[in-house]
Amino acid sequence: MTALSAAPDLPVKSLKHRSVMPGFGLSLGFTVFYLCLIVLIPLAGVFLKTADLGWGGIWHVVSSPRVDAALRLSFGAAAIAATLNAIFGLLVAWVFVRYDFFGKKLLDATIDLPFALPTAVAGIALTALYSGNGWVGQYLEPLGIKVAFTPLGVIVAMTFIGLPFVVRTVQPVLEEAEKELEEAAASLGATRWQTIMRVILPAILPALLTGYALSFARAVGEYGSVIFIAGNLPMKSEIAPLLIIIKLEEFDYAGATAVAATMLVISFLMLLVINLLQGWSRSRSGAKK
Amino acid sequence: MDIQIRNIHKGFGSFPALAGVDLDIHSGELIALLGPSGSGKTTLLRTIAGLEYPDAGQILFGGEDTVALPVQQRRVGFVFQHYALFRHMTILENVAFGLRVRPRSERPSDSAIKKKAAELLDLVQLGGLEKRYPSQLSGGQRQRVALARALAIEPRVLLLDEPFGALDAKVRKDLRRWLRELHDKTGYTTVFVTHDQEEALELADRVVVMSRGRIEQVGSTDEVYENPATPFVFDFMGNTNILPGNVRGKEVFVQGTPSSIASTTLHEPGPVDIYVRPIDLRVADPGIPSFEAEILSTQRTGPVVRCEARAIESGVTLEIELPHLHFDVPLLKPSARVQLRLTNFSVFPKGTPITRQALPDVVSNAPAEYRERGRAG
Repeated sequence: MTALSAAPDLPVKSLKHRSVMPGFGLSLGFTVFYLCLIVLIPLAGVFLKTADLGWGGIWHVVSSPRVDAALRLSFGAAAIAATLNAIFGLLVAWVFVRYDFFGKKLLDATIDLPFALPTAVAGIALTALYSGNGWVGQYLEPLGIKVAFTPLGVIVAMTFIGLPFVVRTVQPVLEEAEKELEEAAASLGATRWQTIMRVILPAILPALLTGYALSFARAVGEYGSVIFIAGNLPMKSEIAPLLIIIKLEEFDYAGATAVAATMLVISFLMLLVINLLQGWSRSRSGAKK
Repeated sequence: MDIQIRNIHKGFGSFPALAGVDLDIHSGELIALLGPSGSGKTTLLRTIAGLEYPDAGQILFGGEDTVALPVQQRRVGFVFQHYALFRHMTILENVAFGLRVRPRSERPSDSAIKKKAAELLDLVQLGGLEKRYPSQLSGGQRQRVALARALAIEPRVLLLDEPFGALDAKVRKDLRRWLRELHDKTGYTTVFVTHDQEEALELADRVVVMSRGRIEQVGSTDEVYENPATPFVFDFMGNTNILPGNVRGKEVFVQGTPSSIASTTLHEPGPVDIYVRPIDLRVADPGIPSFEAEILSTQRTGPVVRCEARAIESGVTLEIELPHLHFDVPLLKPSARVQLRLTNFSVFPKGTPITRQALPDVVSNAPAEYRERGRAG
């Protein structure tokens, strides 16, 4: 915009500021405005409402045994689910990229189902399968494994909804990975295992971490599918988002936002750590900033 | 290490990539596999490396059959066209990779590995850049890292797949010369693939010309250029003019005109194709057997004058190339009539196609029988 006003006096200088991609000022302004409207203001609202309680009040809410247990369950189960997804999602992506088989396209499409399925549908389906008299549950029950209405059920639901994130982030990177790198490693004497551990995994690690982070974030925020299968026993299988709803229903708005703000801070910190890890593994590839 | 390749067959689906290849590679030799794309040269190289498995045939490393040996155990140094460096490792670690993945009992100590890798980086003139990542190097430097990495395992044979293909012309030339020096210094048996005849002629001790999964000719660089075994080789090594001719005994008749040009061997009487390079056509002095041609156009490109002419009797269009200061040049004015003579040529049976597609199998098995060679004074 300064370039525009200066144009009549200093045409040479104004040319310098021109770019083949104009509109930086306008688009940045819009981006910041939009982010504020959609993300920052609502989040700030959470903290503002929480501030009503004061530090002592917040601590009182968060440290209460029921909230503490719910937070532990939410983040613990999400971490386990994301880890499971990272391992098996990688495997699924590997199979899709490396092998050709009958029905590959169809299977590939099913990966996205957890994205599209209403979470309540997933929850009901999983509960029906894993409850004591369900298709799967009836065989697990005699073995002493109870899935429905336990923390295990929470993990199952979170794994279900998080799988596509890992597969869809790792798949394109695996597709791009040069076959020549593996051939080079083999010609240098590396066994298959060494090639995977030293050549392939480091190359896809940033993508895998992204998938892990997305899967984890989705699992922490998941509500619909989990509450059906979890049974929601306080102190045992009650997740934090559900606790927020309960507090809201009790008109304990400050308490609800205190739990919400705590979740927000923990989530933010965990995503930050994952991002730092990503940056570290990228910098090891010597990519220019 | 001597390498013997015996009757290798390899097909991809119904496409025969290698159709019975025999080749002896001598120890310490620098040999080029030369051919157009689809000729099977890369497939042959990858088969020697163990990256492809042949359908039939034998590959002997110093007498030992390696066909059943997986690539990990063949100890071949393979250099890829696009380097295939490990991006997440420093170049020192790239070079050290082959040593680090050895079983614990055979693995040198960490300091020995680092020392060896640093030595190799010095050898490829990249000493001091150990800590860099591949993305921080130029193409030529990356290819030298790839070479050092391949040398680290002390390979029995060094295989290079179009090693200069991804580099620009200037770097390619420098690297070529440098590779030749490195080869003379280290003495590794080296096989490299190229589609560039100039590169093959400049770099190699011997050249293997391939086409459609078969070897057309194996010979020293001079042999292949001066004495092409087949029309394909003649054509692939440079530009080609084809004149109709006749032979009787050792006498060659160009354009039906008797000439003093003699073939080195006896021919069955009959029509032949005479293959001439543009640089082997010259204006004839009076009295020397020659044929008449009309100049169509003349054009100078840098140090070379290129001229198009039509042979009057046969109507064949010819290309003539001369250094721009040659004393024939002033005579080559458009629409001028000149007498042309041949300074060097090859004789092949009439109508032999240049591409191998239509050739019967017999031809590739017995190239020497129909290949003849003549030379004029």
